[in-house]
Amino acid sequence: MTVLDPAHTMTPQTYMQQLSRWRALEIAFWLATLLPFWLFPTYLSLASQIAITALFALSLDLILGYAGIVSLGHAAFFGLGAYSAGIFTKFVWGEPFSGLLVAALVAGVVGYASSFIISRFRHLTLIMITLGLGLLLHEAANSASWLTGGSDGLQGVSIQPVFGVFKFDLYGYTAYGYALGILFLCFLFTRHLINSPFGLALRGIRENFTRMPAIGADSRAHIRKVYTISAIIAGIAGGILAQTTETVALEVLSFERSADVLVMLVLGGAGRLYGGLIGAAVFLIARDQFSGINPQYWYFWIGVLLVVVVMLLPNGILGGLSKLTARWRRT
Amino acid sequence: MLPPVFGVLFDGIAYGMLLFLLSVGMSVTLGLMNFVNLAHCAFGMIGAYVAVMLMKDFNWNFFATLPFAFLSAALVSVVVERTLYRKLYRATDLDQVLLTIGLAFISVAAAAWFFGTTQQPVAMPSYMRGSINFLGLNIGIYRMFLVAVGIVVTILLVMTLEHTRFGAQVRAAVDNQRMARGLGIDVDRTFAVTFALGSGLAGLGGALAIEIVGLDPHFAFIYLVYVLIVVSVGGLGSIAGSFAAACLIGISDIAGKYYVPELGGFLIYLVMVAVLMWKPAGLFGKRS
Repeated sequence: MTVLDPAHTMTPQTYMQQLSRWRALEIAFWLATLLPFWLFPTYLSLASQIAITALFALSLDLILGYAGIVSLGHAAFFGLGAYSAGIFTKFVWGEPFSGLLVAALVAGVVGYASSFIISRFRHLTLIMITLGLGLLLHEAANSASWLTGGSDGLQGVSIQPVFGVFKFDLYGYTAYGYALGILFLCFLFTRHLINSPFGLALRGIRENFTRMPAIGADSRAHIRKVYTISAIIAGIAGGILAQTTETVALEVLSFERSADVLVMLVLGGAGRLYGGLIGAAVFLIARDQFSGINPQYWYFWIGVLLVVVVMLLPNGILGGLSKLTARWRRT
Repeated sequence: MLPPVFGVLFDGIAYGMLLFLLSVGMSVTLGLMNFVNLAHCAFGMIGAYVAVMLMKDFNWNFFATLPFAFLSAALVSVVVERTLYRKLYRATDLDQVLLTIGLAFISVAAAAWFFGTTQQPVAMPSYMRGSINFLGLNIGIYRMFLVAVGIVVTILLVMTLEHTRFGAQVRAAVDNQRMARGLGIDVDRTFAVTFALGSGLAGLGGALAIEIVGLDPHFAFIYLVYVLIVVSVGGLGSIAGSFAAACLIGISDIAGKYYVPELGGFLIYLVMVAVLMWKPAGLFGKRS
């Protein structure tokens, strides 16, 4: 990593430009996401799961990694998106992009409304409030079974071809292409956002919530904005899941989903754009492999993984890697 | 003759006492030491399994197992505190959350490995099983026992933390570690003992809980949410707050299930969110 020193070597403008410059490794990363099409065509459904979960983790990274808001109920927006896209597809029409738009809209409206609560609290109270709101929504979806199908899940979602051409096939070529494309678009948007003055203000809030207003940045207004954006992205991720699997299970709103995405993000490295993406891939591939060995004790290995990451890799896999490359460059 | 509302109230308070016994240890560790320990109910689970094993495999009396439930949970917690937790006392909330949730995952898988995933049978002595009739209300003897234990534990804890030398050392070590060290207080030892006390209480709560709520490997997770609710609603570090919150949550849960079953599990979450929005630091809390 090159050390950027905006105060002495460059103007703010060139600093911002340098932040947003594409690196060769990034381009290689995105080209590598195309490999499953040719190398692992039997794993395409896992690959779409990874793309969807990576998008969800990216949305959590925005609020947790950058703004420092710990949420234990982020699955609320993922689930809202999944149910809105599913219900819209079932009862209105099956065109995929308009379904995603509805998912984004619903998650965004609820996210904006709850952001007024979120921005008022910090620390444990915030964790408990997000947990409580998430559990409330889970209960609501469970009891509104006339609309959501309750614990049986929402059935009968059938989706039309993307652009009217690409049908969702049995092997998952279209599903993965669709999920990957949306992930990439949302990633571009997030990347742009993070490398803007707004993104810098978020990092300021993470480092010191109370001092930011002193330099003219209203912490609470910023939190409301980024929370809404994060909710929208999580909603889109949920929407893609509903559309590509053509069903919605109550599990999309569960506490486990909130906890798992948190684990993935921290595993990959929170506060880094690629942290959630790497974390989701490692987590889901590991789960796929381990649960093949013994499904019942898979949680043992997540537990061990978490303890190891917290004790030995405080900034996740990516943090550990960048420390390693920094040491390698020095010698 | 008393109207049935008193029966609901009593059951709610008895359930609240159960939640209180499970969570008061966390009120000590999280409230006093500022350590977010999501593995707290795993220590409760250790106490519960120890009690069940002693009763089942060694034919111990239920009451004889209780001290061992306390001791085994305390002992395991000292080991974990020495090896893992003490390095994270000054880490961020998030790191503590992740480490301890990892330990909770491990404990659930380990319990499933050693004891199987089925519910454990409990053999309570026959004289604890019945109920007595009081002015037309059926009051369970075991529930009365729970309420009594809850009150005794509250009094003992408040006395220990407010009126003994040890309590003064704990409060000093928490408020200002450097100053406490300067005064000759062994801060490390004080923290370890406090932590063992909190976890031991969880173990005791776990052993007492199995008669009412049963025991399977998911215990560490299911009751974690309730414990967190009690602690945050009561206010960090306030024993009296946890006591009040546990009663409030217990009563609203039982009353909700009795009078408005359509609301089901909603009510306690609603109560929690409402209380926290009204008082972010909890009912008796001083800091959020």
